[in-house]
Amino acid sequence: MSTPVVELAGITKRFPGVVANRDVDLSVQAGEVHAVVGENGAGKSTLMKILYGMQRPDEGVIRVDGAEVAFKSASDAIDAGIGMVHQHFMLADNLTVLENVVLGAEPRRGGRLDTRTARARILELSERYGLGVDPDALVEELGVGDRQRVEILKVLFRGARVLILDEPTAVLVPQEVDELFASLAGLRAEGVAVVFISHKLDEVLRVADAVTVLRAGTTVTTVPAQGTTPRALAELMVGSELPTPETRESTVTDVVQLDVQHLSVRSPEGRPVVDDVSFRIRRGEVLGIAGVEGNGQVELVEALLGLRASTGTVRLGDQDVSGWSTRARREGGIGYVPEDRHRQGLLLSASLWENRVLGHQGRRPARRGPWIDRRAARADTARIVEEYGVKTPGVSVPAFALSGGNQQKLVVGREMSGAPTLLVASHPTRGVDVGAQAQLWDHLRTARAQGLAVLLVSADLEELIGLSDTLVVMLRGRFVATLDPAGTTPESLGSAMTGAAA
Amino acid sequence: MSTAAPERLDPGPLRRAPRVDGRALLLAVAAPLLAAVVALAVSSIALVVSGSDPFTVYETMLAEGSDLRSVLITVNNGVPLYLAGLAVSIGFRMGLFNIGVEGQYQLAALLAAAAGAAVELPAVLHVLLIVLVAVSVGAAWAGVAGVLKTTRGVSEVISTIMLNVIAAGLAAYLLATYLQERVEGSNNQATPEIAPSGRFPTLDAPLEALGVTLPQGTSLNGFVLVAVLVGVLYWLLVGRSRFGFDLKATGLSPSAAVASGVDAKRMTVTVMLLSGGVAGLVGLAQVLGDTYDYGLEFTSGLGLTGIGVALLGRNSPVGIAFAALLFAFLERSSATLQRIDVPTEIYVIMQGTIVLSVVVAYEVVRRVGVAQAERAVRAATGDRA
Ligand SMILES: Nc1ncnc2c1ncn2[C@@H]1O[C@H](COP(=O)(O)OP(=O)(O)OP(=O)(O)O)[C@@H](O)[C@H]1O
Ligand SMILES: [Mg+2]
Repeated sequence: MSTPVVELAGITKRFPGVVANRDVDLSVQAGEVHAVVGENGAGKSTLMKILYGMQRPDEGVIRVDGAEVAFKSASDAIDAGIGMVHQHFMLADNLTVLENVVLGAEPRRGGRLDTRTARARILELSERYGLGVDPDALVEELGVGDRQRVEILKVLFRGARVLILDEPTAVLVPQEVDELFASLAGLRAEGVAVVFISHKLDEVLRVADAVTVLRAGTTVTTVPAQGTTPRALAELMVGSELPTPETRESTVTDVVQLDVQHLSVRSPEGRPVVDDVSFRIRRGEVLGIAGVEGNGQVELVEALLGLRASTGTVRLGDQDVSGWSTRARREGGIGYVPEDRHRQGLLLSASLWENRVLGHQGRRPARRGPWIDRRAARADTARIVEEYGVKTPGVSVPAFALSGGNQQKLVVGREMSGAPTLLVASHPTRGVDVGAQAQLWDHLRTARAQGLAVLLVSADLEELIGLSDTLVVMLRGRFVATLDPAGTTPESLGSAMTGAAA
Repeated sequence: MSTAAPERLDPGPLRRAPRVDGRALLLAVAAPLLAAVVALAVSSIALVVSGSDPFTVYETMLAEGSDLRSVLITVNNGVPLYLAGLAVSIGFRMGLFNIGVEGQYQLAALLAAAAGAAVELPAVLHVLLIVLVAVSVGAAWAGVAGVLKTTRGVSEVISTIMLNVIAAGLAAYLLATYLQERVEGSNNQATPEIAPSGRFPTLDAPLEALGVTLPQGTSLNGFVLVAVLVGVLYWLLVGRSRFGFDLKATGLSPSAAVASGVDAKRMTVTVMLLSGGVAGLVGLAQVLGDTYDYGLEFTSGLGLTGIGVALLGRNSPVGIAFAALLFAFLERSSATLQRIDVPTEIYVIMQGTIVLSVVVAYEVVRRVGVAQAERAVRAATGDRA
């Protein structure tokens, strides 16, 4: 084999109380798509941050083209031809694609931004790697898939030969995943190496040449993608056999828990983003909302929580909550798993127990009279950590110290606390590994059997089909189709979402 | 839990608080020490440059600053600084910058002094009325900035600075026209003196009962008690209450706080009202316990110094108390410095240096702490990894 473009050898990285990486080896060839898989907290993101110079390893060496390097910061890594696209995009909405791409690496002529050269470069790169990016489009008008390609282009613009993608498919619907994979094929053909993290093992096998499995911070093995199955991978990840998804029976009752009539939300420009939507969810029922991101799901969810102005009526149980504040609604029994846990779900620099209090300030066990009951909050956080398998050295560590999937488990565990009557969940298992996903689903099913009504928004179509009692498709702010999950496949749902079969 | 969990060093119950060891304690005192060393070094350089010997200067400052008279003056002067620091710090907690403490306390002190002089009431009621007026005026003046921010999106930094200018003009105008007592043959402008029923008792009697002999012409302002009380209330409210949690959450992440049910607008207005209310108390130590009126000579600049005090105190009620006393001590030293021919502005340089050093020192120590924790983990895992 030729010299790998990048090679990590014997990497060890410790955080207080945790060894995130222990003696990890990873070697990536030019023109190879190399997947990294592992459970939540296995150390994938940490390893990528080390490769990208964002964190420094305690031990071990990084070699680029066979020569040892020591990155002090991400800009060193960029100089060495390594680029990374983070799970949460970092584009400026109000700028054009071109402006976003050149931001921080502006080609200049005579002190001024050289737009012509930049545009030519962007078009050339876009053409060469089959990215199909329009340099003059405004980023806020782009869908997630497009934004992701802009992020990739931004990295290539800086001369990357190694591209790191941390959970790139978590936010994409199947069609967009296909497009992404086509782009990756283009990159591979041009000799770019791609390192990519995902929890969706079937996708991993579809696109990768080689797969490295991490478990508990160390490399278990690297296998060629060919001849491996998702099941075999999962078993390597957890070190034991996977549970099989159980069959389920309907728990839907006759009691309406959420009754929404003629709900509309307008954008600041006055465009209806949720357009006269009406629906009911009964106790024990899961209503799944399918749709490509940006079709009004976020606005609908935020309107239900009272975070966004809306017209129409919302009844929770036998009360009209249309005029209620967010706090009143939450205390009235609405649990909320937000789409973006970093933005709406967590105080990253606060401790886990303080995060347990967040959103429950006014309720037991977090509250005692006008005071915060710290002891009770700590104890209940410990309960969530136990029940939801959050991997953490304690409840006093700051939330940013948890891996993405473990943060998500904490948020879901918190929102299932305090006996909610309605759970509004956006992508509740986003970034959670297969084992933990099954565990979260179990929690949801148990609560549903006890009468919880759930509004579920998810980009994971199997999750939508598997959990929902009723499925609706949302397109341009409207519910355009109602489907029976029993007769729906991810493929048929996928085409319904883009309006093809609606 | 699954076997795939990364190696955990402390398998004990999750409820257990992180261990406090000697090193952690050392780190806790390291930051203020480091700040002090840096501040001393920079101040010494400033002194040498201005042509004085730093050691004699410090010696004189300490010697003169530690006699009972100076201590009492330092404490008395520290009280308004403490209140100003608390007022600023409440806003800092949620990322609001109330630069307007200056205007709030000036206007509050003027109107409270005028109101106090205009009425005759039984002792306790009289004082309460004056306090109530001061707190309401301070809160209202700050509230304007809060309302402007929530309804019009005006940055509170800009609006409070402008409100300071308006307050200064308004106070001067009111004092020159309606509120002053004209005294034959004097061109000093001041409100009429408040009757004895509206004055705050000193703490001289209790001190003397404890066997302390007060030097001639000094006394301990009774408002010290009010400052302590406000400090305790601040700690309870900010550190322990639901309101304090909302405040902290809003400061850490406005979007997460709103999603958790915090009403951001109401929070902004409430915090400005609280901050302004405390600011209203700043001038009262002087009005109620020293001059009994508000005149042209009324102390100014406390609001701006309060920002430094709040930064130095790192938003903790105890830290702010130390900061206020330190600033008061330095200010007191300026008189000493003048006597030994050192430019008095040196104390302003010292105040500034201290604030900067503290900000820098805490960051340095935080990083060392993280590195050290990682080393500790490494040592503990070395034999197992
Ligand atoms: N800044 C940090 N401080 C302390 N601990 C950390 C920090 N970052 C990560 N960790 C810990 O290191 C371990 C590995 O985390 P990492 O984020 O690499 O996991 P991951 O494999 O990406 O998981 P996920 O699939 O959930 O995103 C976790 O136990 C996590 O709690
Ligand atoms: Mg991760």
